[in-house]
Amino acid sequence: MTRKASRASAGVISGVALAVLLLSGCSAAGSDGPASNTVTKEEFDKAMTTPTDLTFWTWVPDIQNQVDLFEKAYPAINVKVENVGQGAPHYQKLRSAIDAGSGAPDVAQLNFEYMDTFALTGSLLDLVPFGAGELSDQYVDWTWKQVARGDAVYAIPQDSGPMGNLYRSDILTAAGLDAAPVTYADYAAAAEVVRTKTGSYISNLAPGDAGPVIGLLWQAGVDPFGYDGAETVNINVNSDGAKEVMSYWQDLVQKDLISVDPDFTDEWFQGLAGGKYAGWLTAAWAPVFLSGTAASTSGLWTAAPLPQWKEGDNVSGNWGGSADAVMASSANPIAAYELARWINNEQEPALKFSTDQFLFPTLNSVLADPAFSDQEAEFYGGQKVNALFAEISKTVDTNFQWLPFQDFVTSSFNETIGKAIAQKGDFSAGLDEWQKQLVDYANQQGFTVTTS
Amino acid sequence: MTMAKAKQVRPAPAPSGARLRRRSAVERKKNRAAYLFVLPFVVLFAAMLFIPLVYAGYLSMFQVRIIGGESFIGVANYIRAFLDPRFLEGLLRMGVFLIVQVPIMLSLALVFALALDSGRVRGSRVLRLLIFVPFAVPGVIATLMWGYLYGNDFGPIAQVARALGFAPPDLLASGNILGSIMNIVTWSFVGYNMIIMYAALRSIPEELFEAADIDGAGQIRVAWSIKIPAIRPAILLTVIFSIIGTFQLFNEPSLLYRIAPDAIGVSFSPNFYAYNLAFISLDTNYAAAIAFLLGTVIATISYIIQHFANRSQRSEP
Repeated sequence: MTRKASRASAGVISGVALAVLLLSGCSAAGSDGPASNTVTKEEFDKAMTTPTDLTFWTWVPDIQNQVDLFEKAYPAINVKVENVGQGAPHYQKLRSAIDAGSGAPDVAQLNFEYMDTFALTGSLLDLVPFGAGELSDQYVDWTWKQVARGDAVYAIPQDSGPMGNLYRSDILTAAGLDAAPVTYADYAAAAEVVRTKTGSYISNLAPGDAGPVIGLLWQAGVDPFGYDGAETVNINVNSDGAKEVMSYWQDLVQKDLISVDPDFTDEWFQGLAGGKYAGWLTAAWAPVFLSGTAASTSGLWTAAPLPQWKEGDNVSGNWGGSADAVMASSANPIAAYELARWINNEQEPALKFSTDQFLFPTLNSVLADPAFSDQEAEFYGGQKVNALFAEISKTVDTNFQWLPFQDFVTSSFNETIGKAIAQKGDFSAGLDEWQKQLVDYANQQGFTVTTS
Repeated sequence: MTMAKAKQVRPAPAPSGARLRRRSAVERKKNRAAYLFVLPFVVLFAAMLFIPLVYAGYLSMFQVRIIGGESFIGVANYIRAFLDPRFLEGLLRMGVFLIVQVPIMLSLALVFALALDSGRVRGSRVLRLLIFVPFAVPGVIATLMWGYLYGNDFGPIAQVARALGFAPPDLLASGNILGSIMNIVTWSFVGYNMIIMYAALRSIPEELFEAADIDGAGQIRVAWSIKIPAIRPAILLTVIFSIIGTFQLFNEPSLLYRIAPDAIGVSFSPNFYAYNLAFISLDTNYAAAIAFLLGTVIATISYIIQHFANRSQRSEP
């Protein structure tokens, strides 16, 4: 081949390769789900009796038990459960798979706060054609609001996370306290007593986790986020109310009465098992994590409502809570929908979530079930903790909204207010910095931003 | 090699344009064989390096917003990167890393290689293996292990410090984290660099040592005047590799992020910044621009180092 000809052919080859890349880059990730017609009974029966393989990404421990019950009910369906990480890694992998157009699961667990983030990019399948619209009455109102957007329903609620004060009754008794503090003023005093008399911290404020901090702001009536479902977001994380809450914690942190260790790390689990922390302001699902490494402390914990800002108040916040959604890219939407619905809607598996995995239910029939409310949890030394959390759940403000770019919200939390917490510095300045980063990002992404 | 064809064999033509067209059949066959040998490499190179590079370059000229979709913005991403304080801060941090850690690590590697080569060390084979073993430990596991060792509550370093009566240094605090990461990287790679230098030392002709012995040179003099200059190309190789590795630092910040979120920000190293931009801020296009710029910086610095090394080599008599 002559040199000129070979150069020309090389040019053509690379040109074609480039063209292929450009064209492939232009195509969007499409979905071939059924049109907006409702799924008929024949289609449903056919789908559920055809041998199908489904992939289910979730981090709920032991969810295989519920999945086994589903597979017994529908023997033709085979479900592969995968735990691809908890929190940020799970969402990163999910997003990568969706962007790549392949590798995404059929059903994925999503926290309520991420619902908008994924719905906005068209990654979730609208479940109304499959019959999800009829389920709305069966779930706690505000949890249904978290999964429904206008006329569409994007996921089936699984659990919620009403926050309470889980504490080691043995350590508090050793410090001379016989009950959990009722107000935040009492809490500050108790923190001092517990630290001096037993050396334990009454609680830990994690610098790398936005969830509990947002939950505490939620409890205080602070509403930092808003999204109208279209192009406008409201961001107000450095409001006076927020600053008041954070300056309370800054005071305790700087006096070394509250520790600032990153949570869900080896050291933190060891701290819980070893009694470094005498309590944890956390959600109802917390024991599912404590029954692992901190299993040795089972029986020593008691649950109580969160301390209140005003004497006589009774309000709480929410941390977490998730739902199971069907990905728009799923090749088996009918079977995937049935999986998401069945384990969260049938009495037996849904009840199991609360009795075996300590998840706080969102299904009304489970909340009313005596097997749930009368359960005496061994972890809490026999306390009827479900009844307590059911009461707490009623006190959670139901109008909380999230931003449609939750990954960035949590990561910029770490950079700003999280950093201030870790360095025991100025929390107010940290909140201001967080506000600035969020507003800048929202503007850069094309949103209209309001800051009230 | 015997010729299979019975055709007339013309002598190899001189490299002139007109005569190239009339290459002999044998030449053509040899060329074809050569291309075939190189083909696997070219295919992999194109698929794994060239095409992704082109695609990244293409991506970096666009912008995708959650509201508003995709739009062409030319070099705006690159201008943004030049003005981005976090990217520049990350580059500077890697520059500090380069100036401090690389000389320390390569000096250690050189000292180990020379010591083991001198034959004065007993059990040198076992020592070689022991120094090399950290390199065999996968980077992820090494970082996780060191993360535990550095831990303030349960890490052995802190426990020993407390047992000896003084307050344990917080090795994962913002002020110390860079040093801690330097330690991990040095521990991991000193063996690898040592092996490269040791292999080069082994191939120095013995006559040089005999001559030095006759001249009455001691071990240190031999090391300084004969061995080190002789393995100059190997040292240069390790320097280039270390520069590239330093600027590409990713494993350590990524894994220590969870346990030291205040010390390690999303832009700790430019590579980590590109990763976070792509997967957390969902700004794949800007991440592509950052990655390209990082590649350019690495290429520039490597070229400068090589240029100076070659120049001083040429100037030798």
